[in-house]
Amino acid sequence: MSASPGAAVPDAATPAATPADARPILDARGVTKRFGGLVAVREIDFDIPRGAIVSLIGPNGAGKTTFFNIIAGLLEPTDGAIDFMDELIVGRPVRAWAEPFFWFILPGIAVLVAAGLFAIDQGIAGVIAAVAAIGLLIASLLIAVIRPRWYISTLGRAGIFKSGRPNDIVAQGIGRTFQNIRLFANMTAMENVQVGMHSHMHATLIDAALRLKRHRTEEILSQIEAQKWLDYVGLPKRSDVVARNLPYGDQRRLEIARALATRPKLLLLDEPTAGMNPVETTQMTTLIGRIRKELGITILLIEHDMRVVMGVSDRVTVLDHGEKIAEGTPEAVRADPKVIEAYLGAPAQ
Amino acid sequence: MSGARQLTRLLDRPRAFLRLHQSLTVIISAALVLTVLPYIATWYPFNGFGVQKDWVGGFADAGVFVLLAVGLNVVVGLAGLLDLGYAAFFAIGAYTYAYGASSFTGLHIPFWIMLVIGAAVAALFGLLLGAPTLRLRGDYLAIVTLGFGEIVPVVILNADAYTRGTNGITGLAQPDLYGLLGINGFGFTNPYLYFGTVVVIVAIAFIFLQRLQDSRIGRAWVAIREDELAAASMGINTVSTKLLAFAIGATTSGLAGVFYASKLGVVSPDQFGFTVSFTVLAMVVLGGMGNIWGVAAGAFVIFEIQHQGLKQLGAFIQGLNVPVVTLGPLKIDIGSINFINYQYLLYGLALVTMMLLRPEGLFPSRRRRLELHEDTDEVAELLADEMLEP
Ligand SMILES: Nc1ncnc2c1ncn2[C@@H]1O[C@H](COP(=O)(O)OP(=O)(O)OP(=O)(O)O)[C@@H](O)[C@H]1O
Ligand SMILES: [Mg+2]
Repeated sequence: MSASPGAAVPDAATPAATPADARPILDARGVTKRFGGLVAVREIDFDIPRGAIVSLIGPNGAGKTTFFNIIAGLLEPTDGAIDFMDELIVGRPVRAWAEPFFWFILPGIAVLVAAGLFAIDQGIAGVIAAVAAIGLLIASLLIAVIRPRWYISTLGRAGIFKSGRPNDIVAQGIGRTFQNIRLFANMTAMENVQVGMHSHMHATLIDAALRLKRHRTEEILSQIEAQKWLDYVGLPKRSDVVARNLPYGDQRRLEIARALATRPKLLLLDEPTAGMNPVETTQMTTLIGRIRKELGITILLIEHDMRVVMGVSDRVTVLDHGEKIAEGTPEAVRADPKVIEAYLGAPAQ
Repeated sequence: MSGARQLTRLLDRPRAFLRLHQSLTVIISAALVLTVLPYIATWYPFNGFGVQKDWVGGFADAGVFVLLAVGLNVVVGLAGLLDLGYAAFFAIGAYTYAYGASSFTGLHIPFWIMLVIGAAVAALFGLLLGAPTLRLRGDYLAIVTLGFGEIVPVVILNADAYTRGTNGITGLAQPDLYGLLGINGFGFTNPYLYFGTVVVIVAIAFIFLQRLQDSRIGRAWVAIREDELAAASMGINTVSTKLLAFAIGATTSGLAGVFYASKLGVVSPDQFGFTVSFTVLAMVVLGGMGNIWGVAAGAFVIFEIQHQGLKQLGAFIQGLNVPVVTLGPLKIDIGSINFINYQYLLYGLALVTMMLLRPEGLFPSRRRRLELHEDTDEVAELLADEMLEP
């Protein structure tokens, strides 16, 4: 066991190798979240350079998790916007009023066709067109409720925007873990990771019902990949264990494996070492460093353990009462009087 | 305990075989049910309760409920959506058959095609009901489905110009094999053909549902039931996934409706009330939510208790000649109790007892058992077994 986590992750001390002109992978502007009278997050401007490990720290109730949940699409911000890979993912709706027009385009055409056919004669063609109009209307409304990816991008091309739902954000490339572990408790470790791979699997209802080749190969490949992720986080022999029966530290690792299975470009880790002993904490710190170095995944980390933060972060942002009070290299932040004050005069050790 | 574990070990290989060849298992089971059940009906004491033909007719009806239960199992047991109006889709399937194959409309579409049409129509209604409501929280869904389950029979009752109201639509066509296997019309007096048909339908539904359960879709259902928010955060489109579970439940119910209507030859609104939704839900819960085999067994057992057991219990107790007890103004005559009138009371008692003693149902899925018995020995043993695996 190495004396400092920093030594365990040699590359962590060197700044991320990002060219100066590279745009940040995530860019949040003026993000605010109010819960009734309480302002949990206040006008946060925040960006994450590509390939970096950025830590978000702050006392309890500072608004860190709230900010996370806004990025992940679980909470709608009161104000502000977030770009991910130069694409707007969270923000105020734009031209949302225009969306319903899309629902009526195809059914509308069918109605006109039906009317035209009825005008010519009262034949069966008109009836078919009328039925088609109803069918198209139902289909349009279903699509509007389901919001598949192509529907969202079609709307996007017409300049219509609504904040993504959590699954849309995952599809864009943001994976996450939870502060209080939220595994699928009664599923095995393997199944948990396979659920993470859901959006990268394509077997349809028909494929599964008829056991077509697509389903079978995909299922086997998914097991292999899931095992790979379990190995990667250090759970090679736990694949058949039901998640709830795993020790606490392993559950945290499994959450990371599950998040990695979503193939993220940005990984949000909410207190990954909470409740861990020093050995486990060091292992977790190493794992975080490896994820960035070997997989090239950018990481946003919420953490209370200052050894972890100082060990792996390229940059640290400090929140207090929902406001950003400091930002910079770990050393600079650690020396910042405002930060020391926020932590009640106790300097981060 | 170690003896029990040895036994489990011994059963491991056949169990693994059955798991690997699920569809084959279903087909073998269906064949067994087809051949053995009618035979068992001729045994003592069952032969005393009725002739084989009546028993087989009852089995065919039980098959309808097995089909309903395995369909509802997808909605309630896997996806965790409480659907209290499941009978509505049953009614929609049955009335679709009535419109497609009776003199009421003059259409005479073959039964086999109507199975597909009825299922599709029910699925469409499932989607239409689910789309606006499945984004709501669980309890709202329960209320909405309860309402839908009430509305459908009421609409059928009142739209008598289109449904003949209380009288119902009569003279529905029977299934027909058009000379295949030497069979023409099924005939309402021959239950064997209906029994065979329902077993085949159930087996097909079983195979499909089992395969879905073992696919990414099935995993997504269970993930949503376990933690919807985490499921969404792992990239699952919870709306479309729940909608799919709902539609598949409705489809199965629609199939059951078409078959039921063809067997009875009559449809009327009183066949599809809340009691049907409730009975099927009770079957799913008592059988063991989430485990398709448990649910099927539960449905069969409950149906037979309801339709044979209670009657025979009444007859048996009558036969005991229990004297009438008079307690002041109260006259207790156990011999004259008609147990069928008390079936819902008995359901209630069975459900309450079950929830207290064995909340996971008679034949639970492994997941449910884990969920409901946090740290019992059983789980510890299961865990130990799993740890021992290389
Ligand atoms: N859904 C909610 N409704 C109302 N208030 C909330 C909600 N979620 C969070 N809050 C409040 O917002 C503030 C910020 O909470 P948040 O969970 O973001 O803090 P945190 O920085 O993650 O703290 P910790 O270090 O304890 O995890 C707290 O005062 C909290 O009580
Ligand atoms: Mg938090």
